Amino acid sequence: MKNAPTPPLLSVRNLKKYFPISSGFFSQVSSWVKAVDDISFDIDAGETLGLVGESGCGKTTAGRVLLRLLEPTDGTIHFEGNNLLKMGSAELRRRRCQMQIIFQDPYSSLNPRMTVGNIVGEALKVHGIATGIELEQRIGKLLDRVGLSPSYRSRYPHEFSGGQRQRIGIARALALHPKFIVCDEAVSALDVSIQAQIINLLCDLQTEFNLAYLFISHDLNVVQHIAKRVAVMYVGKIVEIAPAKTLFNSPKHPYTQALIAANPIPNPSIKHEAKLLEGDVPSPVNPPAGCRFHSRCANAMEKCKNLEPPLTEFGKGEAKQLVWCHLHTSSN
Amino acid sequence: MEEQILMDEKNNLPAKLVLSETPFGEFWRIFQKDKLALLGLVTLFLLIIAALASKALTEWTVVFDPATVRLVDKFLPPLSYASELLPVEDIPRFGIYLLGTDELGRDVFARMLQGSFVSLSIGFVAVGISTFIGILLGGLAGFYGNVRFLFISVDTLIMRFTDVMLCFPTFFLILTVVALLPPSIYNIMIIIGITSWMGTTRFVRAEFLALREQDFVVAAKALGLPAWRIIFLHMVPNAIAPVLVSAIIGVASAILTESALSFLGFGVQPPYATWGNILADGKNFIFDAPWLFFIPGVAILVIVLAFNLVGEGMREALNPKLRRR
Amino acid sequence: MQAKTDCVLEVNNLHVSFFTDRGKLRVVQNVAFNICAGETVALVGESGCGKSVTALAIMGLIEEPGIITGGQIRLKGQELVGLPLAKYQQIRGHRIGMIFQEPMTSLNPVFKIGTQIGEVLVHHSKMTEREARPEVLRLLKKVGISSPHRRIDQYPHELSGGMKQRVMIAIALACQPDILIADEPTTALDVTIQAQILRLLKQLQDDMGMAILLITHNLGVVAHFANRVVVMYAGEIAEHTDVRTLFHKPQHPYTQALLKALPIPGHERLVPIQGTVPMPLEYPSGCRFCTRCPAVMKCCPQKSPSLQKIEPCHYVACWLYQMKNAP
Repeated sequence: MKNAPTPPLLSVRNLKKYFPISSGFFSQVSSWVKAVDDISFDIDAGETLGLVGESGCGKTTAGRVLLRLLEPTDGTIHFEGNNLLKMGSAELRRRRCQMQIIFQDPYSSLNPRMTVGNIVGEALKVHGIATGIELEQRIGKLLDRVGLSPSYRSRYPHEFSGGQRQRIGIARALALHPKFIVCDEAVSALDVSIQAQIINLLCDLQTEFNLAYLFISHDLNVVQHIAKRVAVMYVGKIVEIAPAKTLFNSPKHPYTQALIAANPIPNPSIKHEAKLLEGDVPSPVNPPAGCRFHSRCANAMEKCKNLEPPLTEFGKGEAKQLVWCHLHTSSN
Repeated sequence: MEEQILMDEKNNLPAKLVLSETPFGEFWRIFQKDKLALLGLVTLFLLIIAALASKALTEWTVVFDPATVRLVDKFLPPLSYASELLPVEDIPRFGIYLLGTDELGRDVFARMLQGSFVSLSIGFVAVGISTFIGILLGGLAGFYGNVRFLFISVDTLIMRFTDVMLCFPTFFLILTVVALLPPSIYNIMIIIGITSWMGTTRFVRAEFLALREQDFVVAAKALGLPAWRIIFLHMVPNAIAPVLVSAIIGVASAILTESALSFLGFGVQPPYATWGNILADGKNFIFDAPWLFFIPGVAILVIVLAFNLVGEGMREALNPKLRRR
Repeated sequence: MQAKTDCVLEVNNLHVSFFTDRGKLRVVQNVAFNICAGETVALVGESGCGKSVTALAIMGLIEEPGIITGGQIRLKGQELVGLPLAKYQQIRGHRIGMIFQEPMTSLNPVFKIGTQIGEVLVHHSKMTEREARPEVLRLLKKVGISSPHRRIDQYPHELSGGMKQRVMIAIALACQPDILIADEPTTALDVTIQAQILRLLKQLQDDMGMAILLITHNLGVVAHFANRVVVMYAGEIAEHTDVRTLFHKPQHPYTQALLKALPIPGHERLVPIQGTVPMPLEYPSGCRFCTRCPAVMKCCPQKSPSLQKIEPCHYVACWLYQMKNAP
């Protein structure tokens, strides 16, 4: 960090999102899916925070709750100092211009009945930012910036390939000049060669517009390439946050270690360690008590079964590493 | 269809294939492959022209006169010549009865023509009403489903109400209402309309529930678009396919219902002709003048078949579009 | 290629085309490779390259409007192309096992998993259901499913994704096939589960000595699991060699570009391949990669290069190497 620490662009504290499960004749609530269970993190302007985890860990839910596309059950979200959760719907709609989202599935993220030009320019029209000729010019410029010909504006999404559709989605997100974009598995559905194009595009846009990204992915290789810091989630909780290189070279949480050990690197000369994780990912409906990971952890201790691990910090400033694990608590 | 491979010179990114097709163009290309559906569409087209023309031809400038009673010429089979005993103004156009005459000597062709307008308008108006109600209720249930109203959610409220309506034997409900209200063509349209919206509601709700989770709807919300815009400009156009198919087949169903009502004597009253009441009158003379029964019967059959074929064709043509990858 | 006596599967000059109302799509063109007992050959490529169609062709599952228009597929010497349906059905599930990508939808939700595994045994080994039960339990144990006595009577929805994939493997291996075809077996699974499944497959292969044809687009999986790799692009083979050579000394421009585009440590800026994979209707004449190739020459769009041996066990289809071996 620089000498005077600037406040983070986005600050999340104790965020929770529980989904009710109703059963019975009158649809009474019987239990909760604790998709996101008390997570906290910061994102600075212009930086990329990677969010990784396996299915059911809550990373996609977290991304959507951040933008209030789903209403959180508890916690606070501060964007540029303003509490997002206290805003009325009109003010929220104005704020939405500054935070956008790019989706995973290029086939369902674009309205099949709208032309590309309308998809990209609709928000500009609705928010009264541009109309008429100026609107057309802006649409043309946006399409050009993401690598598509401006003449594509009158075509329909089904005429484009997956990679091109993803570019249209990026153009749509950029239209309102946001400061923060949630990339929800934005490259996971693309082939390797197209993935590289889109990753490069996202990096270039970040430099040009000083964008902050929350890059959600299950692909560790992509995340370590694009993210400055990475947060690892497991069954609704964050278990570790560290700079990307540190996370991959010296992970502290046993789950992170297992995840990295299991990640296949495209190099046959690098041998995998044998430390593979047994068992299945638990469901967020009835998470294990205490530390969520204790049922699969090779280093589980007695207290892991009952007590949720507190936060331990290592290092300072940009190299700060946060771990939630009993193995590392200072009293140990 | 021309093939052009579009290349973006600057970035060397070719657009995926070929034909630039609007959604309607694609729909038409698939629809016309089904020859039966195409035949149905042509039939409907001819019928609609006939129905629109009929108002002109039977009321404004009386080319074919459905009301003139000519007792001299009663029960004449199709393609018979008018009798010389008729006064000049009663002679039918071209001097022949194209489809014969009925028990009062009225020109069956003219009556069929008049009836076409009435039957079709009952069909379309009734379906219009039911579709409107269906989209409204289904849309509310699908979009605001989870909003709780007192102790019950909007979705549960609307769907249980729909279930209750479905439990009513619709036809008997219509009969009862028609028997109690003054008989008029408008009452019939309305009553058929407000008893057949249940299917549409279910379709629309199902489509909305699926659409709500689609990324492009979430994207619209993320862009800060107001709710009404998301519902009407983003969701409804994508949910409309099963509604259209259901509406087309619903018109056929409404025509059948009206015919049944008329057959039982509860439908549109004379002197208005509908195919149903021509059929009803004709049943008394089935052995003496079979054409009075079969002509309207076959006409109803053809029209219902045409609507169904078109509806099936539309279902085929609209489906792959929405499920396509 | 390896000695013919060792070969479990031999594919020669395979051509598959789809006849649609938009024209003839040559989806697989001139594909040739073989697999020997105990080894894993990976068929790698991006979407649309024809690798899944090749697998379906081997299984005899290509249907209208697709058809195998040429070539031979030999399973331990027996020719499969043109085999009548009844004979093919004896081979499928018995001598060729197949596992698919989506474990969520590959199992029939209304039958117990014990019944589904037993079905293969009943059909091919002519056992009764009762006789098959101990064998099913043994298979469940072999694929690493805990408490098999409880699981055998469960329905697919009661199992997790990883367990469902293990059940799929049990079904595929029930009759001890000569070859297992795995079509993207771990793409839909989490990373830690993927590692377990791959380790299981390796164990089973060592135990049973069967051949595995692995179809995937994930080069990380290929690096650790495959012995030899066949790289496909737009329906044709670009390069075919053993796994180490492929990653350390790739010769085909497509393979080289693909490796440079991977987000691995050490790649500061990814080098993407310009353009997109052409659709089957717009395959360029000549070499199919010529529109995107950084090393394209004048002769490339004119004629398609054939697969040439440049080293023992290293084949490349590229004019860059044909020049050196000009007749």
